Amino acid sequence: MSDTLILLDRVSKRYHTKKDEILAVENIQLSVEKGEFISLVGPSGCGKSTILSMISGLFPPSEGTIRIDGQKINGPTSKIGYMLQQDYLLNWRTIEKNIFFGLEIQGRLNPITKKHTLYLLNEMGLVNYAKAYPNQLSGGMRQRVALVRTLATNPDILLLDEPFSALDYQTKLKLEDLVVETIRKHKKTAILVTHDISEAIAMSDRVVILGKNPGHINKILNIPMEIRNPLPLMAREQPLFQSYFQMIWRELDNDDKKTSS
Amino acid sequence: MMIKKLLRKGAKSEEHAKYLAQLRVYDIYIKITQYLLLIFLLGIWELSVNMQWVDEFLFSKPSKIFNLFIDMMMKGELQHHIYVTLLETFIGFLLGTLLGTILATFIWMSPFVSKVMDPYLVVLNGMPKVALGPIFIVAFGAGYISIIAMALAISVIITTIVIYGSFKEVDPNYLKLAQTFGAKKLQIFLKIILPASFPTIISTLKVNVGLSWVGVIVGEFLVSKAGLGYLIIYGFQVFNLTLVMLSLFIISVAATFMYQGVSYLEKKLLSIHE
Repeated sequence: MSDTLILLDRVSKRYHTKKDEILAVENIQLSVEKGEFISLVGPSGCGKSTILSMISGLFPPSEGTIRIDGQKINGPTSKIGYMLQQDYLLNWRTIEKNIFFGLEIQGRLNPITKKHTLYLLNEMGLVNYAKAYPNQLSGGMRQRVALVRTLATNPDILLLDEPFSALDYQTKLKLEDLVVETIRKHKKTAILVTHDISEAIAMSDRVVILGKNPGHINKILNIPMEIRNPLPLMAREQPLFQSYFQMIWRELDNDDKKTSS
Repeated sequence: MMIKKLLRKGAKSEEHAKYLAQLRVYDIYIKITQYLLLIFLLGIWELSVNMQWVDEFLFSKPSKIFNLFIDMMMKGELQHHIYVTLLETFIGFLLGTLLGTILATFIWMSPFVSKVMDPYLVVLNGMPKVALGPIFIVAFGAGYISIIAMALAISVIITTIVIYGSFKEVDPNYLKLAQTFGAKKLQIFLKIILPASFPTIISTLKVNVGLSWVGVIVGEFLVSKAGLGYLIIYGFQVFNLTLVMLSLFIISVAATFMYQGVSYLEKKLLSIHE
């Protein structure tokens, strides 16, 4: 048995409004191993982001429990790093001050963590921009800075909430490689939420296919070694890649037809 | 030769020099026209009084106003009045902005307080604050405090509303970002909300300069024994319209300087923001 890092045990989430109660996700059962990279794919409204937010501790599940390292979570912890759709760099802070932001909030900013963070910035090839302001950087560079900011607090788990969706295609492909490389190097566990089926296959070890109304797990697909091992850009070249794409596509399409009929 | 050189300063090429010279000559024409217009208007005023097209007693005239200015400056009377009004305006302006920001902070910190305060803010904002004059005089006496209270009353509610509005408009994803790092409410406020709203706060400063002037002058109309508003009322009561015109002129110049000062501050402070 390998070690389970994240465990979602029969997790459901209901949202309340004045007029209605909405069941966003129901009975999610999922375990993620240490060092694993998994993707959540599914149509909009399937509760992908809800699941991510619950794991990050932003709000608790209505039913069921989420455990990290065997401990039930209640609130954000420094074990988790979250990457949003856009970089959300604070434009009044220099790049350096931006990447220190998380450490600053957690009261962990000291010469050692600073040095480590600047080392990460160097890894992303952006060390010359430490004193620059975000508006002097391109979209891809900014998202790399956001990645450094997330890694700076040294989390074990990275939650990636469509972090490439606001980028142009080329930048996105390059950044996918960089993220996978970085995550492997620093031995992180990652959960990626995405609309992009190819992205999910190319980056992850397992793909979780979700359906909607309410959000539930339809299928969990293991990605074979030949696609898993190379970096995302090369993974797309693998002969098996297309068949996996079709498998997921059909799965999503079937679910779509079921719910619309 | 000198002029030509100045006009071409910093040019990258012959063509660029032509372009720059053209732009600069255009700017110079604008400046010249502005001064000419001023001289023309003052000239017309002076002339129409001298030719007795209009009544000198009612409209005074530029030369008389200027002479009165020199005269009062020599005697040292004017300085005191200018000083009093400037001080009141400045204090009213600072207090209005500061208090407005603090109130907005309290409202932002608690959604409950915000909901409770909402109708009060709407009513207070709609009410013409000048109408509070008599109440201030009764409460604070016929002195500086009433005048500053008037300046404060005029600017504080609108400052609160505008700044609270800008607090609320900060993209919630920035808050989410801070929350995923485990930020507390106060940290979110100090590190995200406040700096993100900084441009709005600075631009309310500009509005508040104007509002403080209104408050102070109205306050001085009502109670004071010194200040430019007092001079206007006094000049009106003794039918010295030259004094009224002079005071008006000084108020416009002082208010313009203050506004320009804040604009300068805005540019300086916001240069790092964008």
